[in-house]
Amino acid sequence: MLCEKCKERPATVHYTEIVNNQKREMHLCEVCAREEGMGSFGFFPQLDLHNFLAGILEPEPAGIKVRPAVVRCPACGLTEREFAAQGLLGCGECYNHFGARLEPLLRRIHGATRHVGKRPVRATAAAGRQPARQDTGTDEIARLKAELAEAVAREEFERAAELRDRIRALEQKRK
Amino acid sequence: MALKDTLTNAYSAWMGAGPEDDVAVSSRVRLARALAHFPFPHRLRREKAEEVIHAVALAVRQPEVVRKVGRLELVRMTELSPIERQILVEKHLISPELTREAEKRAVVLSEDETTSIMVNEEDHLRIQCLLPGLQLEETWQVADTVDTALQSVLAFAASEKLGFLTACPTNVGTGLRASVMLHLPALAMAQQIKETLTAVAKLGLVVRGLYGEGTEAKGNFFQISNQITLGQTEDEIIANLVSVTRRVIAQERTARQALYRERREMLEDRVCRAYGALRHARMISSEEALRLLSDVRLGIDLGVIQGVPRRVLTELMIMTRPAFLVKLAGKDLPPFPRDVYRAQLIREKLKQF
Repeated sequence: MLCEKCKERPATVHYTEIVNNQKREMHLCEVCAREEGMGSFGFFPQLDLHNFLAGILEPEPAGIKVRPAVVRCPACGLTEREFAAQGLLGCGECYNHFGARLEPLLRRIHGATRHVGKRPVRATAAAGRQPARQDTGTDEIARLKAELAEAVAREEFERAAELRDRIRALEQKRK
Repeated sequence: MALKDTLTNAYSAWMGAGPEDDVAVSSRVRLARALAHFPFPHRLRREKAEEVIHAVALAVRQPEVVRKVGRLELVRMTELSPIERQILVEKHLISPELTREAEKRAVVLSEDETTSIMVNEEDHLRIQCLLPGLQLEETWQVADTVDTALQSVLAFAASEKLGFLTACPTNVGTGLRASVMLHLPALAMAQQIKETLTAVAKLGLVVRGLYGEGTEAKGNFFQISNQITLGQTEDEIIANLVSVTRRVIAQERTARQALYRERREMLEDRVCRAYGALRHARMISSEEALRLLSDVRLGIDLGVIQGVPRRVLTELMIMTRPAFLVKLAGKDLPPFPRDVYRAQLIREKLKQF
């Protein structure tokens, strides 16, 4: 069987993920699996809000220059720290503002990041709107991926999971 | 019905007869909705909170809303005494949370108490609908109608991608929490309750006690509800809950029949003793009342006790809660006279049958 992703190398990593009864299977080669951030830690950790939030708050790793993250919602002034402490967002606009950073959390809680139910009459708070400024440089994703590979090699799986989520969030945002 | 009746009459429409009501007591649907352009309630100052209450008060009086959902009455929490607030909790019309920070909060009630809207709880609006028995689809339809009517006059915070936006990310999307209250005495007696509820939890559902989050299951009453609100349609969420609930109901009925077959005398003895105690006791604590009412309810379901409608037992469950008792007595009662008064109330009520 060939790897589903690169379709070049043989698939040696068989990955089954069950999130809220939704089963997803992937067959990847080692290289692609590593890129996907799976393989050695091929399961989603159980929902743990505190750990996740602690992860959000961790300072950016030294040596990597990242554009300063906007840590305060421009509409209501909620900071990430306040969100982490209470688990509550400040206003509808927060979803827009913290959007990419919330996605891993939403995925862990709901196993999904997209609403498919009743359509709101007016989508007033523009949380679905594309951010005006794209701060998701490809170079940053590449850097994070390199870091991820290192973390996996060092068997620092918690760190790797966090990196994986950040990469996914960035990739999602770029789409 | 005026608020006065809500506060003095323990009976509420959700205690009536409904499908599968030998096991399923009531079905509830809650929709979390936030007003656009307002910070979420936990970040509202008092004046802003008042603006939200005012907006909701105006909205529920709009003719187009009244036409679709009937007359709704808004009551500020500050208009109610602490005892009266607690009564609304005991009748399951509001959450315990709404009784805190009363100056920022209000509740909207429909005449038959089927619909209640909590204002400035965790979200600006928490639309709740409650029907007797297992009627989750119907309950969702009522809540959906109320929601649609309100959306014609209020702008809810929402996005194309994430649906309805809520203060807590655990409610975003549909904002829907559907739950059903089940009476599971036979599974408890057969000591199968843990296994059953563990299985339910594995299916993505949550099990809670009688008064919701963080409460224990008193009187063998359990609430089962959905956990996920995003990525599934309302119909899917409801259908999943209904199908699991039906399995739990079937299991409880099997346990009841097995117990009745194998341990008939013991079961009849337990049920009849409970009935005797309720009819004749001179002092009863609220815990004991709940336990005995659970036993008698099972007796009615099995046909061991006849002539007492189930709804009377549900009504007694509410009447004998501490706040309601104080309200009925018309004065604060210390624990000792309270137990005497509770026993007296139960005797008088059951004498009618």
